[in-house]
Amino acid sequence: MTATLERLPAPPSGPSHSFVGTWQLARLALRRDRIVLPLWIVILSVIPSSNAGAYDTLYPTVAERAALTASIGANPSVAVLYGPAFDLSTAGGYAAWRLGGFMALFIGLMAVFTVTRHTRAEEDTGRAELLASTVLGRYAALTSAVLVSGAASLLIGLISAAALAGAGLPAAGAFAFGLSTAFAGLVFTAIAAVAVQLAEYSRTANGIGAAAVGVAFLCRAVGDSTVDTKWISWLSPIGWAQQSRPFAGERWWVLFLPLVATVLIGAVAYTLLPRRDFGVGILPPRPGPAVAAPGLRTPLALAWRLHRGPLIGWTIGLAVCGAVFGSIASGIGDIVGDSDQTRQMLERMGGSSVMTDTFLAAMVGVFSMTVSLYGVQAALRMRSEETSNRVEPLLSTSVGRLRWAASHLVFAFLGSAVVVLVTGITMGLANGMRTHDVSGSVGDMVLASLVQLPAVWVIVGVTVTLFGVLPKAAPAAWGVAGAALLISMFGPVVNAPQAILDVSPFSHVPKLPGQEVTATPLAWLCGIALAALGAGLVAFRRRDIG
Amino acid sequence: MDNAIAISGLHKSFGRTQALNGLDLQVATGEVHGFLGPNGSGKSTTVRVLLGLLHADSGDVRLLGGDPWKDATSLHRRLAYVPGDVNLWPNLSGGEVIDLLGRLRGGLDQRRRTELVERFDLDPKKKGRTYSKGNRQKVAIVAALASNVDVLIMDEPTSGLDPLMEATFQYAIQEEREQGRTVLLSSHILAEVEALCDRVSIIREGRTVETGTLADMRHLTRTSIIAELAGPPNGLANSDLIHDLKVDGNRVRFDVETKALDSVLKQLSQVGVRSLTSQPPTLEELFLRHYTAETAESVAK
Repeated sequence: MTATLERLPAPPSGPSHSFVGTWQLARLALRRDRIVLPLWIVILSVIPSSNAGAYDTLYPTVAERAALTASIGANPSVAVLYGPAFDLSTAGGYAAWRLGGFMALFIGLMAVFTVTRHTRAEEDTGRAELLASTVLGRYAALTSAVLVSGAASLLIGLISAAALAGAGLPAAGAFAFGLSTAFAGLVFTAIAAVAVQLAEYSRTANGIGAAAVGVAFLCRAVGDSTVDTKWISWLSPIGWAQQSRPFAGERWWVLFLPLVATVLIGAVAYTLLPRRDFGVGILPPRPGPAVAAPGLRTPLALAWRLHRGPLIGWTIGLAVCGAVFGSIASGIGDIVGDSDQTRQMLERMGGSSVMTDTFLAAMVGVFSMTVSLYGVQAALRMRSEETSNRVEPLLSTSVGRLRWAASHLVFAFLGSAVVVLVTGITMGLANGMRTHDVSGSVGDMVLASLVQLPAVWVIVGVTVTLFGVLPKAAPAAWGVAGAALLISMFGPVVNAPQAILDVSPFSHVPKLPGQEVTATPLAWLCGIALAALGAGLVAFRRRDIG
Repeated sequence: MDNAIAISGLHKSFGRTQALNGLDLQVATGEVHGFLGPNGSGKSTTVRVLLGLLHADSGDVRLLGGDPWKDATSLHRRLAYVPGDVNLWPNLSGGEVIDLLGRLRGGLDQRRRTELVERFDLDPKKKGRTYSKGNRQKVAIVAALASNVDVLIMDEPTSGLDPLMEATFQYAIQEEREQGRTVLLSSHILAEVEALCDRVSIIREGRTVETGTLADMRHLTRTSIIAELAGPPNGLANSDLIHDLKVDGNRVRFDVETKALDSVLKQLSQVGVRSLTSQPPTLEELFLRHYTAETAESVAK
């Protein structure tokens, strides 16, 4: 019989190159990100056109627009935050100036988180190992993450361009704005691809990537606010997005810079990838002590080990930002003089009539909103400890739930306070050295920073509530912090109704220096934060772990 | 107090999933108690209720005379827990984790710690994720065994250990028993259960189906007999106590309820026995019978 001579059917042949499986992994990534990614895309795409619409109501007449250009356009201290103002006489030019930098910043963060989530974080959990044992090319995981992040960036660019054009703005400018934003996303995708090769853990990779975004923002802030070192802006992918001048005589050639950078940096990532072992970064792990230090005997001591890295990183990062912006602040009054438009403009950002104070107050606001992100990160550490089964061994010792939670919340609440305080001090020092009043300035800025704390604590408190009541939905705390940030940062600019502005706790804190300190809103905010914290802890005590 | 652990009528559900459905478990003080059941039968859920990590829906749960939910922290000073899937902090070394967990439990026997680290051949300087699965388990095992506690609760503690370390573990548990400690050992390794456990409880679908010593349980199952008789067998086929009878001339082959072994042997010897092989049920058969019975029942329905 011939049948007995037949062999088993040969295994199905298929491609076996280094990229095989990329498409399937990309689809898996999209499936997993079906909520997060659309949120990023929708929010980032909608902001520019909604902002452009407000321009006509804010500056209806040609005279007002000319005055805006003359005052703000020439003011380096405003340029620190928003970048150079190339043309403020049109709605498009205004939107590009006001949002171009922030769009590039946020799309950068999206790219970093997305790439890390689908590469390093997967290796940390061990899921990637299971996948890697299937028919999967060496570069498939990285490539799929890069494709997803890159596609999301391009989608954000295209949708925001379409929305701007749909709002009646020139198509060329809208297209340039969209592309410059999207390309910034591509550069940071490439940077994240390198970061995930270097780091030992996904947390570190996210840190390196976010630090790169921060440095890019700082470079362009410094470059844009000075006269003789403007070239520094050209080192920054965020600077490139602005220098392509959407709606202000588009410089299309600038768009090649991010593309070239993406290819070069991406090539580094693909060169590093085969040179590291699976699950390990290029930076090697070091052995630790065989015996614990005598102090490592409480949950708080453990929490310090877990939180000190992020806390020190955030403190240094924001302290540097505080020093940079503090040193620039005093220049603002000299340049703007008595221009009513500028004053009104800065007042809309929230503040008094004194330019420097307004600027400092606005910066303190931005910093404290940023610190609330640290607070959320620190509080959510409880959830990640829980989901990774690390809390069970601890709670099976004599450590009670509240004591364990308190050990982490010390860092979420008091850690935020430390970052806010240090930022206030460096801001005050830098500003004081310019104005020759160090002690006065430091005192003012510390007070200005500390009154923001209750708002930060509300965000952290809500995070604890989510953790206690709806643990599976705890990551939604990022959405809460992001919403508060968006409302307080962009709400006043787009003339959002007061009811919406009131939702954000940052709308209720006094804007110092310049305003009066009123205790009532602070007491209310502290009360809300405390209630939210209490509700979360009570629920956490009653619920199941896991 | 006789029982270190006393659970009766324990119910716990997660949403629509009924994880525990009236579970009973009694663990006497000073015994090593095996806790067995198929995957997903509710062993880990029971352990986590005992640790006060999950809140029972209903039922009575006593651990060392206390309520595991209300008295969690005071009870935890007297117990140590080894999870089946140990996850360590990436930036802490194994040695640090052992010390930390021991101190949080209320004390670590330094001499025993040193001895166990050596016996388990553990490198305490490595950090979190650089440990293999087996070595992560060892960290938790050493931390538990070096603590001064009354009760050890272990949820598949040896998953991932090599046979040499498995033997080391068994030896260490024997020592714990001699010290008078109570051990609740959930395990799928039947040889380990047979070697260590005084009594076992088998659960299935959230309910206890069998409790007792292994000898008791063996008694409830069948023994396989192969015999060559002097003449043709008669009457064997009519007995209710005999199953799967195969007759080939004077050779017979059948399974018999172990409790009826004596009477069946008498029946055979009336015919005359030339040779006889008897095979007691293996542990595997014992457990498979319990693990699969319910499935067979539900299929029959």
